[in-house]
Amino acid sequence: MSATATPANGQDGDGIVLSARDIHKRFGDVEVLKGIDLDVGKGEVVALIGASGSGKTTFLRCVNMLEEYQAGIIRIGGVPIGYHDEGGRRVRLPESTVVRQRSEIGMVFQSFNLFPHLTARANIMLGLTKVRGKSKAEAGAIADRWLERVGLTDRKDHYPYQLSGGQQQRVAIARAVAMDPRLVLFDEVTSALDPELVGEVLTVMRDLAKSGMTMVVVSHEMLFVSSVAGRVVFMDGGRVAEQGSPSEILKNPKSERLRSFLGRFHGVLR
Amino acid sequence: MQYFFNWDVVWRATDKLAYGLALGLGMAALALVVGSAIGLGCALVLTSPKLKVLHRPVRWYVEIIRNSPLLVLVFFVYFGLPQAGIRTLDNIDSFVLTLTVYAGAYMTEVFRGGLASIPARYVESGMAIGLSGRQCFFFVTLPVMFRIVLPSLSNNLISLFKDTALASAIAVPELTHTARWINVQTFQVVEAWTSVTVLYLAVSYSLAFVLRRIERRYAVIR
Ligand SMILES: Nc1ncnc2c1ncn2[C@@H]1O[C@H](COP(=O)(O)OP(=O)(O)O)[C@@H](O)[C@H]1O
Ligand SMILES: [Mg+2]
Repeated sequence: MSATATPANGQDGDGIVLSARDIHKRFGDVEVLKGIDLDVGKGEVVALIGASGSGKTTFLRCVNMLEEYQAGIIRIGGVPIGYHDEGGRRVRLPESTVVRQRSEIGMVFQSFNLFPHLTARANIMLGLTKVRGKSKAEAGAIADRWLERVGLTDRKDHYPYQLSGGQQQRVAIARAVAMDPRLVLFDEVTSALDPELVGEVLTVMRDLAKSGMTMVVVSHEMLFVSSVAGRVVFMDGGRVAEQGSPSEILKNPKSERLRSFLGRFHGVLR
Repeated sequence: MQYFFNWDVVWRATDKLAYGLALGLGMAALALVVGSAIGLGCALVLTSPKLKVLHRPVRWYVEIIRNSPLLVLVFFVYFGLPQAGIRTLDNIDSFVLTLTVYAGAYMTEVFRGGLASIPARYVESGMAIGLSGRQCFFFVTLPVMFRIVLPSLSNNLISLFKDTALASAIAVPELTHTARWINVQTFQVVEAWTSVTVLYLAVSYSLAFVLRRIERRYAVIR
């Protein structure tokens, strides 16, 4: 079997960045993901929505191999990640391989998680020097470029505790994308922010989406979702319940579950 | 009975006092540095599931040391070990060894607490940018922990400095021993003990002052 080189779904292999097939994940006896299928094309922005506890975070963590999962296969650019097939048995890849694969996927967390002992600039540089093997000068130049892009040039020597939540989150985004990943995962990156700081972070994400970055975005910012996402995926109880264009999903929900979920955002969406 | 003050006895012993002070500080610093290395090693053992077999010996070490008076340990190492056939050390080496082993036990607790207090999300964001487990440890966990435990490190240094007074019990010529020497030689009890008390106080206080500044410089967490 030439599984490692086979594109995700036959013909259009080059265009598919992420392909997840039938992902099952249990925490103890509780099955949290009950067979997730998701394809994300190059440059596509996919929004994941769904009630709290529906498995959105867990799915993103599986994609980034921060969680182990019991069944299913995830491919990045056609190459299975995290696990491989060894004589019919599903075996976790060696940690060194997982680490390398993980560096191709960026992730931005709800709680910023900047390294507290490093300045904004050094936060961005760490992965560039230690993972990508770039020189300090090169990494510094890349960091400066991204800091400018997220509007924080004047804050580059500040430590995280000297930055507002919105600024920290913009640095965290810059840190993820500076690694030049093939895919960036965003897990409710504005949920921990004061309302007045949400806009500056969404602006950065909108800019990244426009530049052709491949993104999977868990968000409850429905205006952002409807204007930026190319596709919206509604998760319910560990399954993909509905997906389609923002107008299909947000304006004409088919299932009762989705309708009642969207009901909460009344007033935001007409 | 009338007591006559004679501060001259202190001035005449200046070089002895200075030597005593330097010796105390030196022994405390050495115990802190080597004790920290021991403590870090032990804390890593305790937090590693792979090294489970070593957990019990490390626990015993920490418990025995922390539940024994330092003076007893000092006597045990200086008088007891040679009786048991272990090579005799001179009194300074013996005391430094004891103080180091003592500091190691306390530093184990300090570092274990420091490691435990680092939120897993810092390591996860390190992994998310592609750092290996080892790189996360050296570039994230260790430097963050160092900053978290810095105040404990400086408190321990000051405690250890004060603990060096116990070395006088085995005739190490540090500050307290010098005070006793002045006392015995001159019978100027008040001058002898006042001067060393002031010296302990001044040094501990300035040490604390300098260390607080260093802490503030590195206090980048929260
Ligand atoms: N580490 C964990 N251990 C046990 N259960 C967990 C863990 N993480 C998440 N869960 C459970 O998995 C379910 C999905 O959680 P999550 O993926 O965080 O949902 P969402 O991000 O959509 O709110 C929830 O019921 C949650 O309680
Ligand atoms: Mg979540």
